[in-house]
Amino acid sequence: MINQKTFLYLAILAFGILAPFIFPSYKLQISIMWILVVLSLTWDVQGGQMGYNTFGNIMFFGLGMYVCSSFHIGIFFPLAEWTASGGEKTFIHTPSQFFQGFFIGLILAGIIPALVAAIIGYGILGLRGHYFAICTLGLGIAAGELAGGIELVGAGQGMTSPPWPKGIGDTELRSEFFYYICFLLMSSTFLFLRWAYSKRFGLVLNAIRDNEDKAEAMGINTMQYKIMGWVVSAFFVGIAGGLMGNMIGYIEPVETAFAGRTFGVFMVLMAILGGKGTLWGPVIGAIAFHVFKEGFWTFFLGWQYVALGALIVIVVIFFPEGIMGWLREKYPKRFGELVDEKDRKAQVELK
Amino acid sequence: MINSILEVNQVYKYFGGVKANENISMTVDKGSIVGLIGPNGSGKTTLFNSIVGTHPIEQGSIKFNDKEVSKLPVPAIAKLGLLRTFQQTRIYGKLNCIDNMRISAKSSQDNFLSVFSKIPTELNEKAEQLLNFVGLYQKRKLRAGDLSFGQQKLLELAMALMNEPKMLLLDEPSAGINPTLINGIIDRLIKVNHEFGITLLVIEHNMRVIMSLAQHIFCLAHGQLIANGKPEEIKNDQRVIDAYLGVQ
Repeated sequence: MINQKTFLYLAILAFGILAPFIFPSYKLQISIMWILVVLSLTWDVQGGQMGYNTFGNIMFFGLGMYVCSSFHIGIFFPLAEWTASGGEKTFIHTPSQFFQGFFIGLILAGIIPALVAAIIGYGILGLRGHYFAICTLGLGIAAGELAGGIELVGAGQGMTSPPWPKGIGDTELRSEFFYYICFLLMSSTFLFLRWAYSKRFGLVLNAIRDNEDKAEAMGINTMQYKIMGWVVSAFFVGIAGGLMGNMIGYIEPVETAFAGRTFGVFMVLMAILGGKGTLWGPVIGAIAFHVFKEGFWTFFLGWQYVALGALIVIVVIFFPEGIMGWLREKYPKRFGELVDEKDRKAQVELK
Repeated sequence: MINSILEVNQVYKYFGGVKANENISMTVDKGSIVGLIGPNGSGKTTLFNSIVGTHPIEQGSIKFNDKEVSKLPVPAIAKLGLLRTFQQTRIYGKLNCIDNMRISAKSSQDNFLSVFSKIPTELNEKAEQLLNFVGLYQKRKLRAGDLSFGQQKLLELAMALMNEPKMLLLDEPSAGINPTLINGIIDRLIKVNHEFGITLLVIEHNMRVIMSLAQHIFCLAHGQLIANGKPEEIKNDQRVIDAYLGVQ
């Protein structure tokens, strides 16, 4: 007998695997949807579970993008020449070079942002509330400006990521390849967080959210958990960035890499829409958001941001706790939250 | 064998021009219950904060189990076994009582990998026992934030016990608690002291409570230590009476 949960996971797995064949023309859209799920899940580690509103996670996204492509190119060809003058025309990756470089780049796109998160986190995770939010906002913007000043990665002009190698298949194969990596990344992010939340990690993050002073007073080294949380987020966001850079094929410092105005804001919105501080909320939020967003771009072109704004207002007013939070209030039984009225009213007695 | 568990020696703490603590010296014997009284704003909570490391002190020394702790951060002091509860209760409001308890237990190791360690299931049983001890067993599945103020105070006490401290600093344990429960609280605190072997330093405004609990009492006023002695001595000390009632 398969229980409901296993059924749900199997259904998602089946959809994930079959989607490129069922909806062949939406492959890229669904790939981006998985990336958005990763962004929203990892934002929720800070913003939801830990109660630290960060606007800086986009920094790791852009960093991952640059790191991935730089190594993808740099381990075979001179990077400076590539970025200086459309290197993709002069230097051509053989298929094996392409895949080697891509996977090495992708792994480093996780590791380097994670290290950066550890170092920066040590410095700024002592800040709380608005101060932390503003500081990370500054970091995200600064990162974009910095990237726009580094000649090696094309400065303000940006750079191209290596094109799909010739002779191993057409663009269909390319988009299928990236699709499955996106799906794999989303699944591993989700499963990792599901595992981590069931450990001490999850409970301590919640404790920090509810009362950090108390957690410290009880002897919990909160800094350790805050840094680890950010490292985890940076790792997965970095890989997502690396993938995104390759899928788009072109990296621009402020518009695609450190895109605070789009992806940086979207990751917050998605988590809030779905219900922050829950495991499934960010997933549902990201999917719903992507569907709405693409719908607005298709049917309200020109007014898409107005429609998106209206959606945000509706969410904030009618679903302040997000979709999951709303469901939780409505069906507490399904969330294992049912409390006997007798228990609630019971008198405390000390005999 | 050291006889005193906490030694506060000539501690000064200023907030700008406000002299919150001036030249405070006190010792607390191992295994005793000691009271700390004084009018509002006399610097009792400030002294607690100084002891547990919430803020740095201007000068002086604080020794816990013969180890200088005045320069250590809060979690490090807590790990040595010196815990405090808060006057305004601090609990993890969105977690249920059992989770509040589970997270309060000391973690066995402490390094970057232990971040992902499992919370032992044996803790559930211990959590339930301690919740039963403070009379909250029936409320264990409720969110801590839904409890009343008095119940949160009891929960905080249980959370502190879960951590198995050597010494507990209690900031007004009976404030906000239903008068019919106060005898129960006194009884629990004496049990904590006798059976769990935890030294207590208690701030309390309820004189009946502190007089029946403490073996020794320190009295603060205007940031200074004005008297200390046995409860009977304090009760009849003219300086203490003046401080509480005002001198004409």
